[in-house]
Amino acid sequence: MMEERVGGRCVRFGDSVNTDVIIPGRYLVSIDPVELAEHAFEPLGPEVQAKVRSAPVIVAGANFGCGSAREQAATCLIGAGVRAVVARSFARVFFRNCINTGLLAVECPAAVEAAQDGDEVWVDHREGLVEVAGRSFRFAPYPESLRRILESGGLIPYLKQVLATQAR
Amino acid sequence: MPTFVEKVLARAAGLAEVAPGQIVDVEPDLYMSHSASWRCIRALERLGTDRLYDPSRIAMVMDHISPARTAKTADDQRLCREFAARHGIAKFWDVDAGIAHLVLMEEGLVRPGMVIIGTDSHSTIYGALGAFGTGVGFSEVTATWVTGKLWMKVPGSLRVDIEGRMSPGVTAKDLMLWLIGQLTADGATYLSVEFHGSYPASLTVSERMTMCNLAMELGAKNAYVPPDDVTRAYLAERGVPPGAYEEVFPDPEAQYVRTVAVEVSQLEPQVACPHTVDNVRPIGEVAGTRVDQVFIGSCANAKYDDLVEAARILKGRRVAPGVRLLVTPASRQVVAQIVRDGTYAALLEAGALITNPGCGACAGDGGAMADGEVTFSTANRNFQGRMGSYRSEIYLGSPATAAATAVRGAITDPREFL
Repeated sequence: MMEERVGGRCVRFGDSVNTDVIIPGRYLVSIDPVELAEHAFEPLGPEVQAKVRSAPVIVAGANFGCGSAREQAATCLIGAGVRAVVARSFARVFFRNCINTGLLAVECPAAVEAAQDGDEVWVDHREGLVEVAGRSFRFAPYPESLRRILESGGLIPYLKQVLATQAR
Repeated sequence: MPTFVEKVLARAAGLAEVAPGQIVDVEPDLYMSHSASWRCIRALERLGTDRLYDPSRIAMVMDHISPARTAKTADDQRLCREFAARHGIAKFWDVDAGIAHLVLMEEGLVRPGMVIIGTDSHSTIYGALGAFGTGVGFSEVTATWVTGKLWMKVPGSLRVDIEGRMSPGVTAKDLMLWLIGQLTADGATYLSVEFHGSYPASLTVSERMTMCNLAMELGAKNAYVPPDDVTRAYLAERGVPPGAYEEVFPDPEAQYVRTVAVEVSQLEPQVACPHTVDNVRPIGEVAGTRVDQVFIGSCANAKYDDLVEAARILKGRRVAPGVRLLVTPASRQVVAQIVRDGTYAALLEAGALITNPGCGACAGDGGAMADGEVTFSTANRNFQGRMGSYRSEIYLGSPATAAATAVRGAITDPREFL
């Protein structure tokens, strides 16, 4: 499902970007990634929204995705074409939601430090490597159990495979 | 030596011991899903199975948008109702019941030592009864419906020792806002927060709920107050005898990532200013800020004693002209209690608009603000755009401060009314 290396131009955010800003509660009536993407980052205005839609990588400060447990905070990013989020740190439920919806989320403070808005950022999750404008930064690769979920495209597709194997 | 969370997750994972950082498969005792339940059901359809591990562990409460405002929501709620009936899910509460967390606790379903997952970040609240509660995504709840298991990273633990007695007009909410201001919104990210000391021991279960609920705003994975006679009495009133649960306590020699000591006797009422919960100031610095609306609601502060506390200030007074006071009781049981003891009438006579129980304005279900408006709220979040316009502002504080603010039409120290 997932290529080992994903990336492209990045859009940069500060600390503690919360789930209500990523996807306002009023849009949780949908679970469709594309529908949700239309409203991703709406509170921050159309310029930020356009930037996110043209950037496959989000680079953020500490505590990205803090707030609600809404899984759509991850799926709306997938719908907007985001392939990876690189942050100094994540709020824990958001991190889980990324893994469980198949969105690459890596903690790599050094890469965040190095990245400027608009830089090319590439992430290789198997190698545990983030490249920022040609410079490389290491992070601890996912444990095997999480990597399997991520590479299946999320928890539901992963579980579907597991159930199919058990049925055989 | 293990902390609370290490003990409780080891038991739920069927292991002798676990260590922080370890990823384990746990078997939760209860799976709560609220208005997100329809999403869980849709995910189950994608999974292509109808076989549930243990329907008796599934609890559904229709709380965030209740009753339905649109045909789409009505359809989603019908899906849940029919699903519950088809699968014999007895722990199903409809749009009249109130906020899921409160309903489950009032029903005696949350017990010491349990491991509970919920599709709501404020599932940390279950720590008020000595249980492990944590928020997860809806796909995770669906997966647990089928397999009975979920992966968890064992967190490290933060110990907060709280001593002292607060002065009248200062509450557990003020303490938590102060703590969030000190430790910041990621001060306990990935951590289990344990509250110890004479202060939490002196509190009612309701006040402990406020503490454990707000611990989420520190980024906590879960929160915990050690079970005691207060806990046992709360459960006994709900028909749950001590034999029906197993209390879990941290080892006295347990290892904590960090220990914080707090003395509360000098604490003043606190207010979280827009647009983050850790933007906290003492009341004196924000008093006089004009408000258009006051909201007394949410799983943080719309319990029985919260409404009684607000009514003590509002009784015999009037909400300031031009200010809207919305009161959304946390649950149907809370409504019944305030109707019985006259609190309902006191709030109504003061000029409050009392809604049906549920999440209400905290979940954006009514109570929206126009551009440039300001709400003072007893909820747990003040994020930009959470209540209507992206150009409106939310301040957070205690029910007492909210009531005083409603009377004056500007943020007011409740101690002026005591």
